[in-house]
Amino acid sequence: MPDERVLIVDDEPAIRKFLQVTLTAQAYNTIEAVSGQEALVKAAADKPDIIVLDIGLPDMNGIEVTRLLRQWTQIPIIILSVRGAESDKIAALDAGADDYLTKPFGVGELLARLRAALRRAAQTTSEPVFTSGSLKVDLERRLISVSGSEVQLTPTEYELLRVLITHAGKVLTHRFLLREVWGAEYGEEFHMLHVNISNLRRKIEPDSARPQFIITEPGIGYRLRTD
Amino acid sequence: MTEDLSRPNPDALLARVKAEEEQKRRGKLKIFLGYAPGVGKTYTMLEAARLQKKDTDVVVAVVETHGRVETEALLEGLEIIPRRQVEYRGIKLTEMDIDAVLARHPQLAIVDELAHENAPGSRHPKRYQDIEELLEAGIDVYTTLNIQHIESGRNAVAQITGVWVRETVPDSFIDSATEIEMVDLPPDELLKRLKEGKVYIPEQIAPATESFFRKGNLTALRELAMRNAGKHVDEQTRAYMKAHAIPGPWPSAERLLVCVSSGPAGTRVVRNARRLAYQLGAEWFAIYVETPDAHLSPSQQERLTSTLRMAERMGARVATIQGNNAFSAVTEFAGKNNITKIVVGKSHRNRWQSLFAGSITNQLIRQSEHFDVYIVGSRGEPAQPEPNIIPGKRQPHNWRGYLRGLGLVLLATLLGQLLHGRFAPTTIAMLYLLSVVITAYLWGLGPSILVSVLGVLAFDFFHIPPYLTFRVADTQYIFTFLALLFVAVVISYLALRVRQQTESARRRERETAALYSLGRDLAVSSDLESYIRAIIKRAKETFGHDAIVFLPDPQNKETLKPYASIPNISIDENELAAAIWSFQHQRIVGHGTDTLPNAKERYLPLVTARGVVGVIAISATDTSGELTIEQEQLLEAYADLAAIAIESILLANEAQNAQVLRDTEKLQTALLNAVSHDLRTPLVSVIGVLSSLQEEGMHLDDVAKMNLIQVAREEAERLNHLISNLLDVSRIEAGAIKISRQPSDVQDLVGAALEQLGSRVGARPINMEIPAELPFVSVDFGLIVQTLVNVLDNALKYSLDDSPIDIRARQVGQEMQIEIADRGIGIPAQDLSHIFDKFYRIQRPDNVTGTGLGLSICKGIIEAHGGRITAENRPGGGTIIKLVLPVTESDHSNGEQSHA
Repeated sequence: MPDERVLIVDDEPAIRKFLQVTLTAQAYNTIEAVSGQEALVKAAADKPDIIVLDIGLPDMNGIEVTRLLRQWTQIPIIILSVRGAESDKIAALDAGADDYLTKPFGVGELLARLRAALRRAAQTTSEPVFTSGSLKVDLERRLISVSGSEVQLTPTEYELLRVLITHAGKVLTHRFLLREVWGAEYGEEFHMLHVNISNLRRKIEPDSARPQFIITEPGIGYRLRTD
Repeated sequence: MTEDLSRPNPDALLARVKAEEEQKRRGKLKIFLGYAPGVGKTYTMLEAARLQKKDTDVVVAVVETHGRVETEALLEGLEIIPRRQVEYRGIKLTEMDIDAVLARHPQLAIVDELAHENAPGSRHPKRYQDIEELLEAGIDVYTTLNIQHIESGRNAVAQITGVWVRETVPDSFIDSATEIEMVDLPPDELLKRLKEGKVYIPEQIAPATESFFRKGNLTALRELAMRNAGKHVDEQTRAYMKAHAIPGPWPSAERLLVCVSSGPAGTRVVRNARRLAYQLGAEWFAIYVETPDAHLSPSQQERLTSTLRMAERMGARVATIQGNNAFSAVTEFAGKNNITKIVVGKSHRNRWQSLFAGSITNQLIRQSEHFDVYIVGSRGEPAQPEPNIIPGKRQPHNWRGYLRGLGLVLLATLLGQLLHGRFAPTTIAMLYLLSVVITAYLWGLGPSILVSVLGVLAFDFFHIPPYLTFRVADTQYIFTFLALLFVAVVISYLALRVRQQTESARRRERETAALYSLGRDLAVSSDLESYIRAIIKRAKETFGHDAIVFLPDPQNKETLKPYASIPNISIDENELAAAIWSFQHQRIVGHGTDTLPNAKERYLPLVTARGVVGVIAISATDTSGELTIEQEQLLEAYADLAAIAIESILLANEAQNAQVLRDTEKLQTALLNAVSHDLRTPLVSVIGVLSSLQEEGMHLDDVAKMNLIQVAREEAERLNHLISNLLDVSRIEAGAIKISRQPSDVQDLVGAALEQLGSRVGARPINMEIPAELPFVSVDFGLIVQTLVNVLDNALKYSLDDSPIDIRARQVGQEMQIEIADRGIGIPAQDLSHIFDKFYRIQRPDNVTGTGLGLSICKGIIEAHGGRITAENRPGGGTIIKLVLPVTESDHSNGEQSHA
């Protein structure tokens, strides 16, 4: 899918250069911004299709930029952050970012995330039937099957799976999942979430100890693998 | 004479050097001494000050002109420091503002009336103590004094004038003066000025003005003052001559000992001893002998303490010694300290007491061959007011003992009636004797005398014919009565003695036990907090009062931080100031002392040979009453022990800090090595590869290019790994690692770790044995995953590509055990205990690279979770790494992690 516009926001010239060269080579158009303020202006003026946003910016942090952007646009945002800054990542995801990448990262990983985010953004109506490997979920008829055989889920497990499928490929924070599945007054009941994820995995994963579908993002949340 | 007299005595020389050094730091004190009010001391002092003004920075700290125009005129042109306003019971008073003077720090301060007593609430009760502080601060002081205010001269003055002054200045302070100037005025002229109304009469002699200002008196006082001033000059000359080896008639090295009693004559004996010691130029000691049968009332104790304090102020070395027998204790002390003269008061015991206990004065006179014995009479001592005793505090009357004694007599009488006629009357008398013995032993002297008298009467009434009368038919029974009474008294006295001795022994045992138990507590404590807790706890047990320990505040060196049994205790400003004063001046202050007596607590500095480490405060004013003299002494011993203990722990901490510093240095060196070698090596490949790709004319084919790029990428990743590890280690070292626990599924932890390892696992067979019913562990998910990644990565690296890796988890009691076992090359036995150390790398035959940090990071993370990590060799080959984490039950609510 060429010709999509990517807004690169980073204050490091070397990283901007590297991203610009790589992405151009992959037939993306690139726009660059060196500060949060500039990113906000260019996001409005140049209408990019996706934003790659560094969390540590000189004027304001990426979380704040994400929050301001989300006030008027649902344009996909991929956060760049360093290892060990898990709370920043969670804050950015909760603020509305779609995904994150831990620096340093390989180009392959970056392109995969970009493609996935763009694909999700393009999907205006979700498919009624979700398929990934041996897993098949019919959301309209509430039917789940693994390798052809039907699986029975509790209402909570089903709801959890449905939320994961609706945001397939996207990292969902613990708090987001708790609010989506249990309600707005939830947010700290991690134990409840982990127990249900465990049970769900046992029912749909071929090997629940090495999950294929529901991937743990350590310290952040879960993601449903799409490819 | 074998000694060369003209050679300077080294001791004297040393003393002079020391004195000179002391003088350098200390300000010089000049006293203008007069023999009576009105001789012109203040006038003379101000004249002298004006002369100094030319080349010295002079300020007037306090001067009383009493409205004299001539004196006021002299004040003109001198800087006067405003006085401090003090309100005491509604009366406005002004006092010298000592802090202002200290802050102004002149070269010379004029402070009138040395003997003045400060208003209650001032820092020191007496002005001479204020002056002492000025001198200590290096400020010279001019002051005035009348002869009747010198402590040791007070008796003589009182005898001359009949006026007993309350305000006195210790002799040791006056001795410390650099110069004493006698301000003289012939008595005739003084009387003339008095008639002209030119003399201000201080209130304490106002009622006695008539008798005080008599020519005979004045002449005698003048002589006394001149003698005193002259003696001072004499002393200085003597010190000078001795130091400069000028031959002269030296007094023999006399050493004088005064025995202090608890009686009212004590102060007089001490004053006499001081005068004698002074005249002889002798060093002197004041001791109190505590014998097991000594039984002091609170008022006696108070008097004893104040007498001993007075002796100390007069320059005596003070000691309390213990012994079974006063005489032998005194002679032993005297022998040890080369005492030549002993001063004792006339015995205040009555004949009875002397009969049983013997009089130390008599014994000394009869038996001492090596000492001269001086006896001080009790005449001429003005009656001093007894210390006030609050009625409620008086010992409860022993009426219970009397009642019980009475009961015992009744019982004996009843029993006697039953046995009457069957036994001889003398046998029945034994019953009464028995009652006396029991009463004496259990309830003391008074009740036992009552019992013996009643017993004799009852015996006579019931068992001696004619019966039921007090008449006695046979005179031999009179003898029985007397014997019975005598035996009763003797037994009572002996029983009392035994009781007192037991009590005294018990008390001593308690004291020893208190110090011992503190010592034992301290021996098992290892940190400062528990030391302080032990000190406070034992102080409460030993003294019955709450204790507070003050230590220098680590944040602010200027102030002290209180530690008490009640956490977060609030100490008011005044109390803290008292503690700080005690700390800075290394003196006992506060309640019951001369300095800051209005404080609620008694403050003892914790002093060791290296300096002062803190202050201990005992609240002496709470409901449990005042401290007894024994408790005061014990408190000092207690403070010494506490000081040594605190110092030892502080030293230990210092040593530990030094060790930590050395370790840190070692780590830094290792880091530097790692940076210089391990960090650079990957860069060599990366830069090399990139430059060869950039170089034109290298003609690399695509396969070669791909190979080079692969190498560069692997090296770059290694560099990234190393940097992450270094950052983790420094975070763990700095204690900056933050654990946000959340309930985690072990299966999920392992799964996430394998997911992260990704391609590195490859097709390796992984056998997992993780039961689904395992409880969750409350851990930081990310950090534990990182640990598992590190351990699994090692297992993959150090084993063959097709060998299996076994992961097993199980619950053992309150612990979760996770084992990761490989079939690799194992770890040499001598390395097993070191593999979790930083930068520890096992010598490997093959070229497996590593930083030597991975496992130490794992250890840091697991230990931060309260768990442990161990390594062992697997039977049949390979390594097992075992992680043990605590399991916390039902932690649904344990959501410490915050997403904000």
